[in-house]
Amino acid sequence: MSEFLSPRLRRGDMTFGEKLWQVSWSLVFFISLIAGVGFLMLYSAANGAWDPWASRQMVRYAVGLGVMLVIAMIDVRQLMRWAYPIYGVVFVLLVGVEVRGSIGMGAQRWIDLGFFQLQPSELMKVALVLALARYFHGASLEDVGRPFYLVPPMLMVFAPAALVLKQPDLGTALMLIAGSGVIFFMAGVRLWKFGVVLGLAVAAVPIAWGFLRDYQKARVLTFLNPENDPLGTGYHILQSKIALGSGGVFGKGFLQGTQSHLNFLPERQTDFIFTMMAEEFGMAGGLVLLALYVVVLIYGFAIAIRSRHQFGRLVAIGITTTFFLYIFINIAMVMGLIPVVGVPLPLISYGGTAMLTLMIGFGCLMSVHVHRDVQMGRRGGYEEP
Amino acid sequence: MLRSSNGRQGDRAKLFSRRAIGLGAGKATLVAALAGRMYYLQVVESDRYKTLAEENRINIRLLPPPRGRLVDRFGVPLAINKQNFRVLIVREQTDNVDMTLDALGRIIDLTDRDRQRVVRELERKRGFVPVTVRENLSWDEMARIQVNAPDLPGVIIDEGLARAYPWGEDFAHVLGYVAAVSEDDLTGDPLLELPGFRIGKAGIEKEFDLALRGTGGTSQVEVNAVGRVIRELRREEGEPGAELPVTLDARLQRYTTEVLGDESASVVLMDVHTGEVLAMVSNPAYDPNAFNRGLSHAEWQALVGNDHAPLTNKPVGGQYAPGSTYKMVVALAALEAGVIKPENTVYCPGHMTLGNQRFHCWKRWGHGNVDLVEALAQSCDVYFYEIAKRVGIDRIAEMSHRFGLGRPVDVGLPHERSGLVPTVAWKRATLDQPWHKGETLVAGIGQGYVLTTPLQLATMTARLASGLAVKPVLTRHVMTKDGTLAPRPSPELEPLGIARQSMDIVRKGMHEVVNGARGTARSSALETEGVEMAGKTGTSQVRRITMSERQTGVLKNEELPWKYRDHALFVAYAPAENPRYACAVVVEHGGGGSTAAAPIAKKVMEKCVLLDPSRRHPSPEEMLTLPPENRPAPETAAVDGAQDGEAAVIVDDDGRTIPLPARPPAARNPRET
Repeated sequence: MSEFLSPRLRRGDMTFGEKLWQVSWSLVFFISLIAGVGFLMLYSAANGAWDPWASRQMVRYAVGLGVMLVIAMIDVRQLMRWAYPIYGVVFVLLVGVEVRGSIGMGAQRWIDLGFFQLQPSELMKVALVLALARYFHGASLEDVGRPFYLVPPMLMVFAPAALVLKQPDLGTALMLIAGSGVIFFMAGVRLWKFGVVLGLAVAAVPIAWGFLRDYQKARVLTFLNPENDPLGTGYHILQSKIALGSGGVFGKGFLQGTQSHLNFLPERQTDFIFTMMAEEFGMAGGLVLLALYVVVLIYGFAIAIRSRHQFGRLVAIGITTTFFLYIFINIAMVMGLIPVVGVPLPLISYGGTAMLTLMIGFGCLMSVHVHRDVQMGRRGGYEEP
Repeated sequence: MLRSSNGRQGDRAKLFSRRAIGLGAGKATLVAALAGRMYYLQVVESDRYKTLAEENRINIRLLPPPRGRLVDRFGVPLAINKQNFRVLIVREQTDNVDMTLDALGRIIDLTDRDRQRVVRELERKRGFVPVTVRENLSWDEMARIQVNAPDLPGVIIDEGLARAYPWGEDFAHVLGYVAAVSEDDLTGDPLLELPGFRIGKAGIEKEFDLALRGTGGTSQVEVNAVGRVIRELRREEGEPGAELPVTLDARLQRYTTEVLGDESASVVLMDVHTGEVLAMVSNPAYDPNAFNRGLSHAEWQALVGNDHAPLTNKPVGGQYAPGSTYKMVVALAALEAGVIKPENTVYCPGHMTLGNQRFHCWKRWGHGNVDLVEALAQSCDVYFYEIAKRVGIDRIAEMSHRFGLGRPVDVGLPHERSGLVPTVAWKRATLDQPWHKGETLVAGIGQGYVLTTPLQLATMTARLASGLAVKPVLTRHVMTKDGTLAPRPSPELEPLGIARQSMDIVRKGMHEVVNGARGTARSSALETEGVEMAGKTGTSQVRRITMSERQTGVLKNEELPWKYRDHALFVAYAPAENPRYACAVVVEHGGGGSTAAAPIAKKVMEKCVLLDPSRRHPSPEEMLTLPPENRPAPETAAVDGAQDGEAAVIVDDDGRTIPLPARPPAARNPRET
């Protein structure tokens, strides 16, 4: 098909207006729709008030939208060239907060920028996708087939994952590893190799258990039997299930969620916001939200498949997968399918860093979409066929 | 897999697309799992979680009903619900608890102990739970707090009802008292489990507790996760306790208490036709308000350690040998058995010999020849030894039962005792010993095994006066099992079945006791013109007089320590010719019946005849009025107990919603803002 494209498109020299025209505005619409649901839920979480959450979240979303569009305009080849430097900077920041934390400034995992609290572990989710995509972009299938070829990218994954795990933030570490695994898979790594790594990981579980903090162990144990300790660590899961289950098929109505509004539901504006939504709008509301997420995921897949370069494909699938992991981990957690790991519901939970991370991610996705027909050489330059 | 560069690119793209389908399928599976879980929780298990959610949210609170009042036969309040103003403090409404308490302490009296308790409780309870600072505020104190309210942040005044006994000790034993519920009282009625709830613990308060208690209302309130009441969802008012009139006349009860002074004594005054008890006094008594409030250890020790037994309800719980007050029963037994004729005389030399035992008359030198009337008037013991010997113990017992002795009269008070009327069979059964004839003689003068309660003596006297089997009652109502009051069915009074002549001759003897020239109670004749009292003195020994003591001269009562002195008894009815009232007086260790008991009976009977409560409703001026500090509360106010305890605060009557805190307090793992 590439033969029928104009060389100009293949070279990627589009005007700003053309690029803007290429942006998938329907995807922007669906993302905004989800964010809009989030504003409503935050309005409800504050018992029918824009303050303190909904209004601030709207400002953040507006900023995030701007960031997304700006990134969408950046040439995907620039993104590839900057992939390693970005990864390096974020990794240094991650080491920075870790060092600062360990020299006695508390378990603070963010850098306060005044407006935002920058959390390097969140940014790493995008930076890692870019870096891995960059690495595998230049790899032929034979390259990928060589085990030693996989050692550098594995280090790129496990170094930040270990730092994040040490913070300790089990949820983010799991997301980094799972998201990277998907990129490895999509880059062509054979399935049996995952089997080997998984086998090693399972074998390492007893050892890892020793490294877990008490509260993390408690969370896992609580997950295994939440009813065991209804007023202690199992309280959150149990109350979440009560709130969700009592919502029934059509829910109790907007602002009518008794469990959420009477504070039985913990963290209703952040991690457990899906529960509140499902209490107020029932299974119907939950499924509608899930459907909206699926629509965005399909867009992501489509963008990945439509991309003419491996970098774009891997970035798109990586971002989409990260988005998916947010959704799945959060919703599975509040429904008691997996332990409470503290992952927000994307675009809906109150919080600045996750919103920023997601919008940067979507910006990268959009850039891949805008520059989907660009020809890219192994090093990211223009390459005549 | 080895292709040209371009082919390799194409392969990568194809592989990517293939794997993307697999990945998409995997994600779709996981999304389906989420949807399935949603279905499971929100459809399959929904009912269970709905129930759990309601249990989370809805708290059912009991609203205790106001306790029914007790009033006397003319409606004078005897037990009321007093307005109880309490000052409470709410921690979250004041910036500085200490400063607020200081300010409060300048306005009303606050002890250091109160302050320490308040601070302790405030620390223990959640910030919105009011803690009682002081109860029973006076109007003055309450007004001062209200005026200074702007300077007292977090201080609220709360109004409840508290049981009060405006006449203090006067009715203590009959009415009893209420106090906090103990473990043994729990019956499953949830009212009893309310903190601060009071239950009848003695007397009528106890016997009629179910009727007086009423039934609790409920209030369904919505609470949040920390137990704060958000709003009232539904309210069902309860049923206030029923007002219960008792047959007592407050004026007579109070007067009798006054007359008894410091004596350890019982008085029962009753109507001889209806059996209605007009006064029932056990002296000394206790303050029932103190029991409601809660006794200190020292107060309790003082009550328990008192040898005048203020905690015993002596009219029903005290058992005494009736002494000579028993002689009417013995005389009637003998008359009815036909073993004597009224005009027959017995010679009294001062003693009687049976076998090798000598039985003494109280008069050392004897009464000479006495007939029945004289024997009663002068209380000759030898005469009754003789007739008791002739009639035998079992026939005396039979006659005793006809007069209500030896069995509980069942007046409806706790701890009533049955007294004892001995028979040959009884002795065989309980002591496994044969009956001795000498014991019949001793029983003939109301000593030995015979025991009676003052209430039984009053009942006996009422039956002597009326010739009917009257039963004493304290209320005109009875309570059914489920706690409702029903009018007491008027008893069909059986005649005692004793020959009129026999009754008349005994009554004549009792008349002579008070009004005869040689009667033992002649100094206690009524002073009211045209009204005479008939009665009988009695003195019961509490120790055995030994032979050696008799030879050296029996010690006079005044020479003995209090607890070895004889009990003084007197039973009487009036007016003698047309009896209406009967009374029994027992003065523990009072000495002689004629000197210690008869004068009390005279005063009480005189007052009773004057007031004539069975026939005459008092005019408003004659009625007792409550002391002003006992202003009765409106019956609609909430009752104490509703507001006690952490989970028992109804913030609003009109369902006003309290704003929720802006941020939920739940803490979590610090991850991000």
